Amino acid sequence: MSRQAPAVLDAGQRHPVRFTLNGRKAGGEAEPRMLLHDFLRHVLGATGTHVGCEHGICGACTVQIDGAPARACLTLAVQADGAEIRTVEGLALAPDRLSALQEAFRAHHGLQCGFCTPGILMSLDALLRERPDCGEAEIRETLSGHLCRCTGYTPIVKAALAAAEALRVPHHA
Amino acid sequence: MTLDVHAQTVGEGGWVGISIPRVEDAALLAGRGRFIDDLGMPPGTLHAAILRSPHAHATIESIRTDAARAMPGVAAILTGTELRALTTSLVVGVKAPVECWPMAIDRVRYVGEPVAVAVATDRYLAEDALGAIEVSYAPLPAVVAPLDALRDGAPLLHEGFPGNIASDRSFSYGDPDGAFASAPHRIGVDVDYPRNACTPIETYGVVAEYDPALDAYDVLANFQGPFSIHAVIARALRVPGNRLRLRTPPDSGGSFGVKQGIFPYIVLIAVAARLAGRPVKWIEDRMEHLAGAVSATNRVTRLQAAVAEDGRILALDWDQIEDCGAHLRAPEPATLYRMHGNMTGAYAIRNLHIRNRVVVTNKLPTGLNRGFGGPQIYFPLERLISRIAATLGLDPLAVVRRNLVPADAFPYRTATGALLDSGDYRAALDVALRDGDHESLLARRAAARVEGRLYGIGYAAVVEPSVSNMGYITTVLTAAERRRAGPKNGAQATATITLDPVGSVSVHVASVPQGQGHRTVLSQVVADVFGLRPSDIRVVTELDTAKDAWSIASGNYASRFAPAVAGAAQIAATRLRERLARIAAAQLNARADELVFSAGKVFSPGNPGNAIPFTRLAATGHWAPATLPEEVEQSLRETVFWTPPQLDAPNDADEVNSSLCHGFIFDFCGVEVDRDTGEIRLDRYVTMHDCGRILHPGMVAGQITGGFAHALGAALLEEQSYAPDGSLLTGTLADYLIPTAREVPEPVILHYETPSPFTPLGAKGVGEGNTMSTPVCIANAVADALGLADIRLPLLPSRLSEALHGAEPQPPHHEARPPQATQGERTLFGRGRASVDATPEQLWAMLLDPALLARVVPGADNVRRESDTRFRAEVTLGIGPVRGRYRAEIALSDLDPPRAVTLSGSVDGALGFGRGRGRLRLVPVGQARTELTYDYEAAVGGKIASIGGRLLDGAARVVIGQFFESLAVQASGRRPSLWRRLLRLFRRRA
Amino acid sequence: MKPARFAYQRAATTEHVLEALHRSGGEARVIAGGQSLVPMLNMRLARPALLVDIMHVAALSHVDDDGARLTIGAGVRQRDLEMRHDTAARQPLLAMALPWLGHVQTRSRGTVCGSIAHADPSAELPLVLTALRGEVHLRSRRRARRLPAEAFFTGMMVTARAEDELIEAVSVPAVRPGTGYAFREISRRHGDFAIAAFAAVADEKELRLAIGGVAETPKARVLPTDQGLDDALDTFAWNLEARDDLHASARYRRELVRRIGREVVLAAIRDREARALKEAT
Ligand SMILES: Cc1cc2nc3c(=O)[nH]c(=O)nc-3n(C[C@@H](O)[C@H](O)[C@H](O)COP(=O)(O)OP(=O)(O)OC[C@H]3O[C@@H](n4cnc5c(N)ncnc54)[C@H](O)[C@@H]3O)c2cc1C
Ligand code: FES
Ligand code: FES
Repeated sequence: MSRQAPAVLDAGQRHPVRFTLNGRKAGGEAEPRMLLHDFLRHVLGATGTHVGCEHGICGACTVQIDGAPARACLTLAVQADGAEIRTVEGLALAPDRLSALQEAFRAHHGLQCGFCTPGILMSLDALLRERPDCGEAEIRETLSGHLCRCTGYTPIVKAALAAAEALRVPHHA
Repeated sequence: MTLDVHAQTVGEGGWVGISIPRVEDAALLAGRGRFIDDLGMPPGTLHAAILRSPHAHATIESIRTDAARAMPGVAAILTGTELRALTTSLVVGVKAPVECWPMAIDRVRYVGEPVAVAVATDRYLAEDALGAIEVSYAPLPAVVAPLDALRDGAPLLHEGFPGNIASDRSFSYGDPDGAFASAPHRIGVDVDYPRNACTPIETYGVVAEYDPALDAYDVLANFQGPFSIHAVIARALRVPGNRLRLRTPPDSGGSFGVKQGIFPYIVLIAVAARLAGRPVKWIEDRMEHLAGAVSATNRVTRLQAAVAEDGRILALDWDQIEDCGAHLRAPEPATLYRMHGNMTGAYAIRNLHIRNRVVVTNKLPTGLNRGFGGPQIYFPLERLISRIAATLGLDPLAVVRRNLVPADAFPYRTATGALLDSGDYRAALDVALRDGDHESLLARRAAARVEGRLYGIGYAAVVEPSVSNMGYITTVLTAAERRRAGPKNGAQATATITLDPVGSVSVHVASVPQGQGHRTVLSQVVADVFGLRPSDIRVVTELDTAKDAWSIASGNYASRFAPAVAGAAQIAATRLRERLARIAAAQLNARADELVFSAGKVFSPGNPGNAIPFTRLAATGHWAPATLPEEVEQSLRETVFWTPPQLDAPNDADEVNSSLCHGFIFDFCGVEVDRDTGEIRLDRYVTMHDCGRILHPGMVAGQITGGFAHALGAALLEEQSYAPDGSLLTGTLADYLIPTAREVPEPVILHYETPSPFTPLGAKGVGEGNTMSTPVCIANAVADALGLADIRLPLLPSRLSEALHGAEPQPPHHEARPPQATQGERTLFGRGRASVDATPEQLWAMLLDPALLARVVPGADNVRRESDTRFRAEVTLGIGPVRGRYRAEIALSDLDPPRAVTLSGSVDGALGFGRGRGRLRLVPVGQARTELTYDYEAAVGGKIASIGGRLLDGAARVVIGQFFESLAVQASGRRPSLWRRLLRLFRRRA
Repeated sequence: MKPARFAYQRAATTEHVLEALHRSGGEARVIAGGQSLVPMLNMRLARPALLVDIMHVAALSHVDDDGARLTIGAGVRQRDLEMRHDTAARQPLLAMALPWLGHVQTRSRGTVCGSIAHADPSAELPLVLTALRGEVHLRSRRRARRLPAEAFFTGMMVTARAEDELIEAVSVPAVRPGTGYAFREISRRHGDFAIAAFAAVADEKELRLAIGGVAETPKARVLPTDQGLDDALDTFAWNLEARDDLHASARYRRELVRRIGREVVLAAIRDREARALKEAT
């Protein structure tokens, strides 16, 4: 064999997991089977990321892993070791200053119960960064990876379009 | 543009009626919501997981829990035995000798019914423990469809419901018989309304604690009310109400009625906590939710109308068969009676006959869901309108217009007793057609049809009731039964306003919102009363039954917030203002009734320069109570209980004003159906609402778009499906399909406001209407596009195939027609043959030899012979990554040595179960060869059926086919490479 | 919905992966993007003893283009391929199919080879591989071999891969002059697995249509371009032995094969002509 095989993390034992969370170092211990959302919420106390299905469909658990939106419920905490993770807690510019996307959601009533919202924000944040000139079709395409039972999506689409606009014409303040 | 909540003043009208940003949002957007699973737990809190029935109907023969109890981290295992010892059955809404337990006691009646609870130090370990609980079931025949449940000889669910009927009541209003006898036309529809559920994205959650010293329970749950259920829970837990403290978390991730259905789980987790002697937390997972939370009712309806030549409806005859699932759980059969006052919809129809039957079936029990009973009646009613138009050759709009309640008739008492508070339905309809550009839709349809495209237009007119009369449910009882039980009526709303020592204002209501922005609206309402800014008002909406003012109607359902709760808050604030005005009057030397509360100050209009700051005035009651005028007892706090006088108990003629307010909705839409694929494209959807006075336009719009999306799901995608054997087929969100942003277009929303004279603010409910109007509006449009008389929801393209494509031509004759199974059917059939180098006698000997059977049964080990013809084994079966271990039983019967034998087998394990029978025939060919033929029939179900039906069928076919063929292979001693490969696949060691 | 216990190993080289698969006697599973495996773990449908994470094996994370074939390594995520600047130019059918595969949030993790390994009969990539006569590159400690798609997919989620074999890569022929492509999928919602999916390749020699979602594996047929097309599609439709399920009846699926199958082959022919025109100018 070319190199020493990497260690096997035993089942039923806890192992250290470290990654960057919203720009800061974060770490804790997890069994190999622990899902990333449980690690974020219950080990690190970052409860902003929600859980709605644990089989990849509702999108509530969406976080950014190395910049791309992904399901925390389909990721093991040990897989995220060494990665860069961003969650809804990292979106605001300051504790009392929401980002343009968050502000747009507020202005356009893009949320009701707010349970689906963190995941949706993480997907849209990535979309707006990758494609600042995106239109309604792309927004709906990205949103199709999320379920919202409250809003009927119309206000979310409006909020996203407004945020895209605000980001294209920044800082008129 | 959005308004600044911090602005000092607003225009004339005040804050109410303006879309200010919601106070709820800043925290929710930043990930600082406080949902139940986000809150800190008492130290030592344990976690529960629930074992659920894989069978639709079965007797529990035994439950073995010792292995599970011995597992690491496991603190307690709760089964029906302990539950029965510590609790009392939940009350049932009809008079019948039946019990309703939150967990199966000795019999399971639906897939997903709780069977045991494991409590451990974390959820992972609790789920591990579930795997070690061994339950032995004796399956019983199941009944799934309501009409089947009524058949003679149908499997009986409860001895106390003979014929599976929980209730059968008939009602007559006016002279329906006379009207039918004399009417020129009798037109009807038959409807089989499907099951669906509103499935909030946050699932159920409960944290419970038991204090043995006080014999008291403390429960935190994302329950939504009505708090009449508090009494049901306390009774089940055998404690007085004051020993059940029920609290709700500050945020709740949607409910739409569904979180009412958490209450059996509150009982279950409370008992688990008692048993474990520690706090216990349970967060429901999505598969539990889909199988075991709550569903709306499905209903079979025959609706007939006596119709005049001009389309006027002279009488209705309703025959409704309501399917409440396996148990009649509180408040059922409320779904059937919630609309009782509104059985004539938006129409003035004086004669009607109603027969209401409630049946039980082997499906998930039902409960509150957005629309609650509305979709089930408006689908037949508005399909009927469209059938009347088609049958009589009239324009559907003409039929609607001819029958609408006229504007001068309000408040209008319907034949069944509802008092429609306000409205001008014809005017609203005309405005909708004009502003919604109905003309252009007609033109688009005409143009599409010229091009041969399938385009249709649908309409629906509905009355949306809100603020339920807590007494409507007693309509299910006869008048005599009601007299014995005592009257039930009303809709108490409560609100408390508190002024603190620095003069800031707090509001508490028992409304338990799940995203409807109650805190924002209340801050607007109260700010207007006190002349403050919404940001000055702090609103608390979570409920603690040990501390807060509440009553049975408290909670968030029946769209009662804006009409009732916000009104109660306004009354409380106004009363407090009156007292403050008296205090100020003394200080300002002015008359109390002329004082103005504005911009944070109180002054006399004649002398605005001499003003008292509101905060100082509000603090007076704390710092200088002795200075209060004589007649002002205190100025610190005001609690209002408000119930509308219009909500009487049902009378002896079974008339009931089932709801306080009645909004009006008129919808129309255009759809296009793809000729090849049957896919439905919603071209344009217009929805007109009269919801009384609008308190916050942004939130009203949100309620409409949200309700519309639910309704679109019900129309096109969503159905909770069960196979004929009761297996749940929609156990994941990959099969229970919820619409996404790609499926939900933006509806055109229009308003026509007629304030309700019966509510303090003139508001009516608005959250449920589209779930009532939209499914049938879309169905009417599709029926129009395809010229269909009969149409069933959800409108699957596949179901339209027959109508679109006609009868399918026979296959080219050299192509075998594959075996046909009806949709959702879970029985598999198969046959095969093999030629073996052995005599029938040799083969026969093999069948009776456990060692050889072990080689033949795919994946078997440890085959034990129970008798000459019965064997038991452990088998491991795997298809792709799906692998499970099962207990198998194999029996030989109808032995005809060495010619034929019937093999029956069953497998049972965590992933599911299967039963099959096959007849094997051995025919000698020449000296040492046998032709072996077999045919089989197999049924499979359980967990995997609800996750991946496709996969399951494929697996069963492979396994069964392999069994017979490997028998042949074993016998002949040949091992063709194909079989070697397959055997390797299935014979993985456990 | 929490997984049962398993051990985890993050492999750094292909040899580590092969060694782990070899040693475990069928108890180890590769985890790539996890988008199909983790739901099954969460539901406890799959209970492996060891997961071998292949996403940190540098040697597996390439797309190789030798001019004639694109070889896509096991570490290549679906989204990477979708966003690669020249995927549409080098193999249009891949670019057409990828946006139908789940959602951006699952494509960002899920791998191309993982979808092939999972072998869902409704999945897009197995269909494309079949339509293009692609190959699956398998390697174990014992041997390395390549299987054509049609030999690889043997049943519903069942493949010819031995338990100790890793799919190292899949390869498809690169775009060829004079060839047209078309893809279409019918599903209940966008992003759902297909009720029926169609991929067609038309060149001067043949017209090939592959269909997914109907039979237990994707199936391909060479179809006549003349008036025999409808009969051939009808025969194809019946031969697929469609079955009823929750989302669609067998009859509806056959109808789609006849109607949409026809549209898709015609679209491939049109695409060929359009490409020929472009090549000419
Ligand atoms: C919400 C949602 C929607 C989806 N929609 C679709 C869809 O429309 N169409 C579609 O095709 N898919 C869909 N998928 C599944 C798709 O996203 C997966 O990416 C894909 O099926 C598997 O790829 P993966 O890399 O995630 O593999 P994993 O989940 O990691 O593995 C899947 C299986 O393949 C094995 N495996 C993986 N890689 C290898 C390898 N190199 N060698 C040997 N074995 C290997 C694993 O052991 C496992 O058994 C969806 C998934 C989700 C969650
Ligand atoms: S919780 Fe991860 S997608 Fe639903
Ligand atoms: S806001 Fe409630 S689910 Fe989206």
